[in-house]
Amino acid sequence: MLAYITRRIFYAIPILIGVNLITFALFFVVNTPDNIARLQLGVKNVTPEAIQKWKANHGYDKPLLINSEKSGLASVTETIFYTKSVRLFVFDFGVSDEGRDISHDITTRMWPSLAIAIPSLIVGLLVNITLSMLLAFFRGTYIDLIGVMTGVVLLSISIMFYIILGQFVMSKLWHLVPISGYSEGVAGIKFLIMPVLIGVFAGIGGGTRWYRTIFLEEINKDYVRTARAKGLSELRVLFRHTLHNAMIPILTGVVIVIPTLFLGSLLTESFFGIPGLGSYTIDAIHAQDFSIVRAMVFLGSVLYIIGLILTDISYTLVDPRIRLN
Amino acid sequence: MAEIRFIDSFMMSVLWTDWLIYILLGLITLYVLYARRHEHLCAPWRQILTRRLAMSASIVLLAFITIGVLDSVHFREAEGLKTDGTVRYSSEVTSLFEQLVLPLKRNVEKTYSAPFASRLYAKENIELPDGSVTRNYPRLLHGGAHLDNPATQRGGDIVARIITASWQAALFVFVLVMLFAAWRSRRKQLPFPCVLKRMWQGRDTLPWKSMITTLAILVLFICLAIQLSTVYHVFGTDKVGQDVFYLTLKSVRTGLIIGTLTTLIMLPFAIMLGIMAGFFRGWVDDLVQYIYTTLSSVPDILLIAAGVLLIQVFIENNAELFPTLQHRADAKLVFLCLILGITSWTGLCRLLRGESLKLREVDYIQAAQAFGVSNMKIIMRHILPNVMHIVLIVIVLGFSGLVLAEAVLSYVGVGVDPSMTSWGNMINGARLEMAREPIVWWSLVAAFSLMFMLVLSANLFADAVRDAFDPRLRK
Repeated sequence: MLAYITRRIFYAIPILIGVNLITFALFFVVNTPDNIARLQLGVKNVTPEAIQKWKANHGYDKPLLINSEKSGLASVTETIFYTKSVRLFVFDFGVSDEGRDISHDITTRMWPSLAIAIPSLIVGLLVNITLSMLLAFFRGTYIDLIGVMTGVVLLSISIMFYIILGQFVMSKLWHLVPISGYSEGVAGIKFLIMPVLIGVFAGIGGGTRWYRTIFLEEINKDYVRTARAKGLSELRVLFRHTLHNAMIPILTGVVIVIPTLFLGSLLTESFFGIPGLGSYTIDAIHAQDFSIVRAMVFLGSVLYIIGLILTDISYTLVDPRIRLN
Repeated sequence: MAEIRFIDSFMMSVLWTDWLIYILLGLITLYVLYARRHEHLCAPWRQILTRRLAMSASIVLLAFITIGVLDSVHFREAEGLKTDGTVRYSSEVTSLFEQLVLPLKRNVEKTYSAPFASRLYAKENIELPDGSVTRNYPRLLHGGAHLDNPATQRGGDIVARIITASWQAALFVFVLVMLFAAWRSRRKQLPFPCVLKRMWQGRDTLPWKSMITTLAILVLFICLAIQLSTVYHVFGTDKVGQDVFYLTLKSVRTGLIIGTLTTLIMLPFAIMLGIMAGFFRGWVDDLVQYIYTTLSSVPDILLIAAGVLLIQVFIENNAELFPTLQHRADAKLVFLCLILGITSWTGLCRLLRGESLKLREVDYIQAAQAFGVSNMKIIMRHILPNVMHIVLIVIVLGFSGLVLAEAVLSYVGVGVDPSMTSWGNMINGARLEMAREPIVWWSLVAAFSLMFMLVLSANLFADAVRDAFDPRLRK
């Protein structure tokens, strides 16, 4: 078991190196620091001196891969690749193009993101599992048909529609909750209700549809037939047998997204003015702040890879067949 | 970006996306010709033909595709002669579709106006005939301009136009139904009344009742649009006074392009790498798996954002490559499809790898290998045809997600060019108008409802395709 986990973690290293090289290539080779400087300075005040000054201020004035002016170890460390890309491995994200400390920003901004993402995930999971079990119980009847059709319709509506409609109805017409904003602690709950509710509602279409197929797949298996043949009631079969086995694919599907919850949701956070990592990323994209985008790309990949490893581990935990092989 | 002159009155101006759409249409035609001669490919399609919802959905899809294709025939009109005698062409690229709905394009007001309004949204100083100035809502230049007194006449005029449209639609649908029946009776060698009866009773193989109902609703909408939108702004006008109905129709092309070209661009890579990984195993498999795990570990939206930021820089530094604004926006759209494709091909690649792994152990491929058939031939002749159903399912299932993604990306600021009409840009522009008093809701409603219609029909169609082609579901 331990050996297995260690092996999985070692597999992650070349992938992280790959991601690092991709971001390096995207941000420094295809698109040189000169271009970034020109973009940041604007068209009007572009002079060679201004570009040089901007690059020096932001640490982009070193050679890309090898510094021929320095000798020994410094010829490798005094380069953009080392200072900007290799440093990411120790989670040293450096400063943004505006001069703020990215690591500090990330650690303060991940809490609001989590405050939205965790309740959305848990409530969403409960709602989706309940609804899909209901559909699986009534499979083949009109209730199932109507449920599936509603699911397709809900699935076909843009999430932005849910957000805009929700804000309009709940805040502007009914004045139930504030339209946007965020505050810490208990006072912040009123800001969280709507984003969570809308997040859950927008996910119902896709989630229910997916879980329903999982349930139906399990329900047609032999062990379920045996359970019925033993004389168990349909409800008991559904809760004791099908649910337990269907939880394997459902849970492993959930485990992979858990680490990425830190990143928050770009849309929700930006529409509701929540100062999380999602809106941080959007602001960085709008401001064309390449340092932040690069840091978020790397952080996102790390979290995704952690998710992959966790999925592998959870598979071995819940499914003895994999553990024994 | 080739420009072919064939008559002096206009010059064909083929954008990159146009080329790709023509290629796509060509590929579809080739597929149809190929599939017609192969029973195993015809059978699933025939099954789809009998599904009621799928057929209704495909009629709606066809309407969207027609708009998209007409909007992809671009040309530049001649404006006059240059001093050296050659024809001077307009710097603005227009399309066949724009020419068809020219009144909609030309009926530009000053600023916002509500659907079916005859007066502007905002008050202005109006000079009365006697020279005095009052502050009131001015009449629109085009919306309801044919009425002398809109306040009293408008309701009656709209009802009259709806009735006319209904008559036209009914007549048109009747003719269509008769034509269908005539075609059916020739094909099935049955007398005409008998065919009509079978169609009515639902005994024909095709689900005529739902198809005709959908068609009737569609034709009614078209007739209503022709009757109403030429004299009113049925969905109002936006901030700069453009007709919102026109904008939302123009967005169809963008949505279709994002939905189709994205998968098409990366398809060869996904198929090649996926099959190679599954078939050759060993280091090829390791390499391909490494590539797609690495790519899919980068968060999609961030990779897209990074890519789009780079394109912006590239376009700004190489402005001379793009003669008009449309060419610029179009190049951005192609790159966007490419980047979206890079983020979305990994799923297909993984599926194809798994399927090829299974297929290579199957008896007929083992036999082919024993006969000494080359690997290349085995892949082309035995593996590729047997994984094509997965490719098809992934393409149609991915379509609707991509159309929805376009709106989100444009909101984030990494979507299509702001100068290009798209549902995402419309929603993004209209979002803040909800705060106005009275609220400006029509742009949002127009964009969301057309997007919803396209995505819903695509989803319904995709479900039918999956049910018909997935061998696990077929039994």
